[in-house]
Amino acid sequence: MNLTLYVWRQKGPDKPGRLEEYEAKGISPDMSFLEMLDVVNEGLIKKGEEPIAFDHDCREGICGTCSQVINGIPHGPQEKTTVCQLHMRHFRDGDAIYIEPFHAKAFPVIKDLIVDRSALDRVMQAGGFVSAHTGGAPDANAVLVPKSYANVAMDAAECIGCGACVAACPNGSAMLFTAAKVAHLANLPQGKVGAARRVCMMTDAMMNEGFGNCSNHYECQAVCPKGIRVQFIAKLNREFMKSQTTTRRD
Amino acid sequence: MYLLKNSVGRKIIMSVTGFTMLTFVIVHLVGNASIYDGPDGINTYAAALHHNSTFLLAVRLTLLGFCSLHVFFGTLLTLRNNAAKPQGYAVNKSLSATFASKNMIWTGLLVAVFIIYHLLHFTFQVTNPEISAFKHLDAKGRHDVFTMIVLSFRHLFIALAYVCGVGILGLHLSHGIQSSIQTVGLNSRKIFPFILKSGMILWIIIFLGFSSFPIAILTGIFK
Ligand code: HEM
Ligand code: FES
Repeated sequence: MNLTLYVWRQKGPDKPGRLEEYEAKGISPDMSFLEMLDVVNEGLIKKGEEPIAFDHDCREGICGTCSQVINGIPHGPQEKTTVCQLHMRHFRDGDAIYIEPFHAKAFPVIKDLIVDRSALDRVMQAGGFVSAHTGGAPDANAVLVPKSYANVAMDAAECIGCGACVAACPNGSAMLFTAAKVAHLANLPQGKVGAARRVCMMTDAMMNEGFGNCSNHYECQAVCPKGIRVQFIAKLNREFMKSQTTTRRD
Repeated sequence: MYLLKNSVGRKIIMSVTGFTMLTFVIVHLVGNASIYDGPDGINTYAAALHHNSTFLLAVRLTLLGFCSLHVFFGTLLTLRNNAAKPQGYAVNKSLSATFASKNMIWTGLLVAVFIIYHLLHFTFQVTNPEISAFKHLDAKGRHDVFTMIVLSFRHLFIALAYVCGVGILGLHLSHGIQSSIQTVGLNSRKIFPFILKSGMILWIIIFLGFSSFPIAILTGIFK
C-alpha cells in the first residue's frame, strides 16, 4: 500500500505546529498503524530528518498511551480500537490520512503527536484512596459484592485512561473518564466509604485542570476504545446529587 | 454555594431550570389550544389566569428567575467549554454531536430574543397597540385576547416570526430534553432509547402545536 500522510509536526510545547506531508510507501495491510509510522520514521532517519514523535507503550491495546487523532477521530475509524490495534487493512491504497495529536487545553502538546495527559492522573488522585488488603488472597466471602454490581464496576474499570474522550469532546471535557473512575468505585463496597467526597473532589479537579463541562454530545462514547458508556456519566451525576444530600464526615 | 461552583452542579442548574421552563411551555401550549374553542374559549382562559393575580405573579417571577439562571450558566458553561478546546482538528468529524447540540448557545440566545419580542407583543402589547386586548373588550366585557391573536397572525411577518421562534425553540429542545434527563442522572441503558424517542416526539409536538396557531390563522383555515 502507498499512502499520503498529513502529520502534525510541532517542535515543542510553546512552538507553533503545522501539518506536513509524507509518503508512506510499501506498507503491508497487516501492519498496525504504529508499525506503519515506524516504517515512515525509518525512512526519515535514513534521510537525516527528525522522526515523527508519537506516544506508545504496550502496543496491545491496554495501556492507553497511543494517542492520535486519525482523520478527525481519536484512535481512528475502527470502533472500540486503540491506534496500536488499528491495522492498515482498514485503509485503502492511495488514501490520504490526517494524523493529529489529541487537542484540548488540558492536554498541552509536548512534541509532534505526543501530549501531556497527566491532568487525568491528577483528577484520579483527587479521588483519594480505597483500602484493600494486599498479601495473601482474601477470603472469597469476606466482602460481599453482588454479581450485578461487580459486572458494572468491571465495565467501568475497563477505562484505560487514554484520553480519547477528552480529544473527541467539543468541550474538552473529561467527564467520561471521571465518570468511569467514580462509577467503578461507587459500585463496590470498598468505594462506598468516601464516595460523596470522591465525586466532589474529582469533578472539582476536572474543572481546575482546565477540562470543559459535559453537554451531552456523547462524542466520547463513540470513540472510547473500551466501550465506556455515557450511562456512567448519569451515574456520576446521581453520585454528585447524593453527595449534596449527605453529611460528609471527612 | 457549592452547587454553583461545581461543573456538575452548574449542569444540574441548567437541567432543572430548563426542565421547569419546558413544563411551562407544555402548559402554555395546552392553554393556548383553547383558541380553537373560539373567542369564548381563550378569553375565558385568559380571564381565569388574570383573576388569580398572586399565582400569576409567582409563576412569572419564578420563570424570570429560572430563565436568568439558565442564560447566565448557559453562557458561562459555553465560554468555559470553548476555552477548554481552543483548537479543532484539520478533519472535523462528529460521530454523535448534532447541529442542535453544538449550537445550544445560539438557539438559546435566539429563543431569548423571541421571548422578549413575544412579551412585548402579547404580554405588554406595545408592538401593535392598535389591536391591544387591554383596549378592546369582548361581548362579555373581558379582554379580547382572541381578536388580538387572530388580527396579529394575519400579518405575514408576525406569523413568520412566531413560526421561526418556536422552530428555534424546537431545535433547542431537540437536544435539551434528553440532555436534561441525562444530567439529573435518569438514564440507564434500558431506558436510553425510550428517552431519546420521547424527547424527539415531545419537541415535535411542541413545535407543531405552537406553529399551528399562526399557520392556521395566516392561511385562513381558522378565522
Ligand atoms: C423557553 C426557553 C428555554 C427552554 C425551555 C430551555 C430548555 C433547555 C433545556 C431542557 C436544556 C438542557 C439542560 C441540560 O443540558 O441539562 C437547555 C440547555 C441549554 N440552554 Fe436552554 N432553554 C430555554 C432558553 C434558553 C436561553 C434563553 C438560553 C440563552 C443563553 C439558553 C441556553 C442554553 C444552553 C447554552 C444550554 C446548554 C447547556 C450545556 O449543556 O452546557 N436556553 N435548555
Ligand atoms: S500502545 Fe498501549 S494501548 Fe496502544
